[in-house]
Amino acid sequence: MIAALAFYLFAAILIGSAVMVVTARNPVHSVLFLILGFFNAAALFLLAGAEFLAMILVIVYVGAVAVLFLFVVMMLDINFAQMREGFQRYAPVGATVGAMLLLELGIVLGGWKFAPDAANFRFAPRIAELENTAHLGQLLYTDYILLFQLSGLVLLVAMIGAIVLTLRDRGPSRRQIIARQIARKASETMVMVDAPIGTGVGAADYLHPIPEAAEKPDTHEHAHAGHGGH
Amino acid sequence: MNWTLAIPEIVLSCCGMAILLYGVLSRGNAFFMSSMLSVGALLLTGVLVLSTDAGSGFFGLFITDAFSAYIKLTILVAAALSIVMALGYAEHANMQRFEFPVLILLCSVGMLVMASASSLMTLYMGIELMSLSIYVLAAFARDDLRSSEAGLKYFVLGALASGLLLYGISLVYGFAGSMSFDALGAALADPKKVSAGLVTGIVFIVAGLAFKISAVPFHMWTPDVYEGAPTPVTAFMGTAPKVAAMALLVRSLAGPFSDLLGQWQQLIILVSIASMLLGSLAAIGQSNIKRLMAYSSIGHMGYALIGLAAGTPAGIRGVLIYLVTYVFMNSGTFACIIAMRRRGRAVEGIADLGGLSKTDPGLALALAIFMFSMAGIPPFSGFWGKYFIFSAAVAQGMWPIAVIGVLTSVIGAYYYVRIIKVMYFDNAEPAFDARPASLSFVAAASCIFTTFFFLFPAPLVAAADAAARALLG
Repeated sequence: MIAALAFYLFAAILIGSAVMVVTARNPVHSVLFLILGFFNAAALFLLAGAEFLAMILVIVYVGAVAVLFLFVVMMLDINFAQMREGFQRYAPVGATVGAMLLLELGIVLGGWKFAPDAANFRFAPRIAELENTAHLGQLLYTDYILLFQLSGLVLLVAMIGAIVLTLRDRGPSRRQIIARQIARKASETMVMVDAPIGTGVGAADYLHPIPEAAEKPDTHEHAHAGHGGH
Repeated sequence: MNWTLAIPEIVLSCCGMAILLYGVLSRGNAFFMSSMLSVGALLLTGVLVLSTDAGSGFFGLFITDAFSAYIKLTILVAAALSIVMALGYAEHANMQRFEFPVLILLCSVGMLVMASASSLMTLYMGIELMSLSIYVLAAFARDDLRSSEAGLKYFVLGALASGLLLYGISLVYGFAGSMSFDALGAALADPKKVSAGLVTGIVFIVAGLAFKISAVPFHMWTPDVYEGAPTPVTAFMGTAPKVAAMALLVRSLAGPFSDLLGQWQQLIILVSIASMLLGSLAAIGQSNIKRLMAYSSIGHMGYALIGLAAGTPAGIRGVLIYLVTYVFMNSGTFACIIAMRRRGRAVEGIADLGGLSKTDPGLALALAIFMFSMAGIPPFSGFWGKYFIFSAAVAQGMWPIAVIGVLTSVIGAYYYVRIIKVMYFDNAEPAFDARPASLSFVAAASCIFTTFFFLFPAPLVAAADAAARALLG
C-alpha cells in the first residue's frame, strides 16, 4: 500500500517535472526541474529494487551531468526568446511528425506477438540471496577482474600518451615551489613602505624581489584580478 | 580463479609502472636507465613465463600452455631487441624520454595477454592495450610531421579495425551464446548450430586481426606508417605485434573455430595469396628502404598464413618457426637501417647503401645475410621457415598455394638481392657515421641466429612442435 502510494507520488512528480523541463521559460529552472526529475527516477529505481542504478543515477546524473548542464546554461549567453520565435509557425509541422511517430509506435506495439515463455527471460539471471550492488561488484571485481585491471592499464597508456604527445616544458614559466613558499618568513617578503601623500607607491616598493622580465604584465594582471568577480 | 598463471603479466605491468614512477621522480634524463631497467623487466618476465604452469585461470578468461609460452618468449625477445635498438637512435631524434621504454613494456603486457587469451573479451582488451601503445609510439617523435601523420593515420584506421573486430565479436556472441573459447568450441562442434550470422562474425574477427598483421586487403596503412614512424618503433611494430596478432589468429581459428575449417580456410588462403603477391610485386618499385620493409612484412605474413590455412599441427608448427625466424631477420635488418646515418642525419634511400661493402664491410655483410634470409635462400633461417610452411601445405595436398608461394618468393628475391647488388657492386657513397654499440649488438645477435639456425634447429622445432600440439590436442 505504502509502496504503491510512494510509486504514484514519485511518478507524478517525475512526469510533472519532466513537463516543466520543456515548458519552463527560464532555462535555469529547466535544469533544476531536470534534477528533480532525476531524483524521482532514482526513487522509482529504489522502489523497483535496483538500488545500484538509483545510486548511479544520483551520483552520475545529478552530481555530474546536471551540474555541468547548469554551468553551461549559466555561462552561455543564449537568447532563448529568440530561439522560441518560430514556435507557433512550426508547431503544425512538429505536431504532424509527432502524431505520425505515435501512430507508428501504436502499430508496432499492436502487432507485437510475444513468445509464450519470453516473460521468463525479462530479467537477467541473478543469484537470489545477493543484492544487485554486491552482484555487480562480484561480476566486475571477481569474475572479470582481469579485464577490469586491463582496462585500467589501457587508461594508463592513454594518459601517458596524452602527456607524451602534448606536454612541453615551457622554459620561462614560474613554477610553484611549495617548500620555498612555506620556508620563507614575513620579514623576507614584506616591506613596510611609507607612502607620502599625493605620490603613492611605485612597483619597486611592493614587488619584492622585483622580477627581471615579467614586471609589466604582472602589474597588469593584478589590476585585472580586482575586476574578476563581476 | 588461479590468478598465479598471470604472474608474468602482473610482474611486467608492475615493473612498467615502477619504471614510470622512477622516470617521473628522477632528476635529469632517465632514458638510458629506464631502458636498461625495462630490458631487465622483460628478461625477468621471460624467466617467469618459463616457470609458469599450464592451465586455465580467471574463470576461463586466461589460458597458459606451451603455445602461449612460446609466443610470449618470442614477443619478449622482440620487445627487448627494440628497446636496445632505440638506445642508439633516440639521442639523434630528440626522443630520449623515459616514456618510450615504459610504453613498450605496457604494449608487451597487452601482447602477452593476447597470447594467453581464451575468451573474445580478453582478446579484445589485449589488442586494445597493444594498439593504443603503438599509436602513441608511432607519433613519438612529435616534432616530426611524418611521425605525427603516421600516428594519426594508424590511430584512425586502427579504430576502424577495432570496430570491425568488436562487431564480429558481438555477432559471434549473439549467435553462439558465449565468448569463452571452450564454450564456443563445444557449441560449434555441432554443425547444425553454425548459422550464417556466426560465419559473418568470424569473417569480421578475421578482418580485424588481419589488419593488425597487415595482410592484404587490410594493408593500406602499412607503408605510410612504417615510413613515418621513428625507425626503432617501426622495428618494434614489424616484429612483436605481428607475432601477437598472428598468435591470436592461430589460437582463435585453430581453437574454438577449428570445426569450421571449411568456412575460414578459403578466406585465409585468399588473404595469404593476395598478401604474397602484393608483398613481392609492390616492393619492386620502392626506393625507400623502410617502405620496402613494409611491403616485405606484408609478404611474410602471407607466407605465415599458409601454415594456418593448412590447419594441421605441422602447419601451426611452421607458422611458429616462421615467426621466430622473421623476428630475428626483421630486428637485424632494422638495426642496419638505424645505422644508416650520415653526418647526423638519418638516410633511408636504397641508393644510399651504394658501395657499403667498401666503407663498412661488417654492416654490409650483416645486411646481405638478412636479405638472403628474407629471400628464402638456404642455409639461412628464412629458408627453413618457408620450408616448414610449404611442406605442411604440400602434406595437406595444397599444391597450388605452395607453388604460388615459391613463385612469389622468387619475385621477392629480386628486390632483396638488388639491395645486395647496390651494396657490393655500385659506386661507393660517403661512409656512414660510426654506429652505436647497441646496434652492432642487435645486428650481430640476429645475424648469428639467422646464419647458424640450420646447425641447431632442434630446440626451436621441438618447442614449436610442443606448442602446436598444445593447441590442436
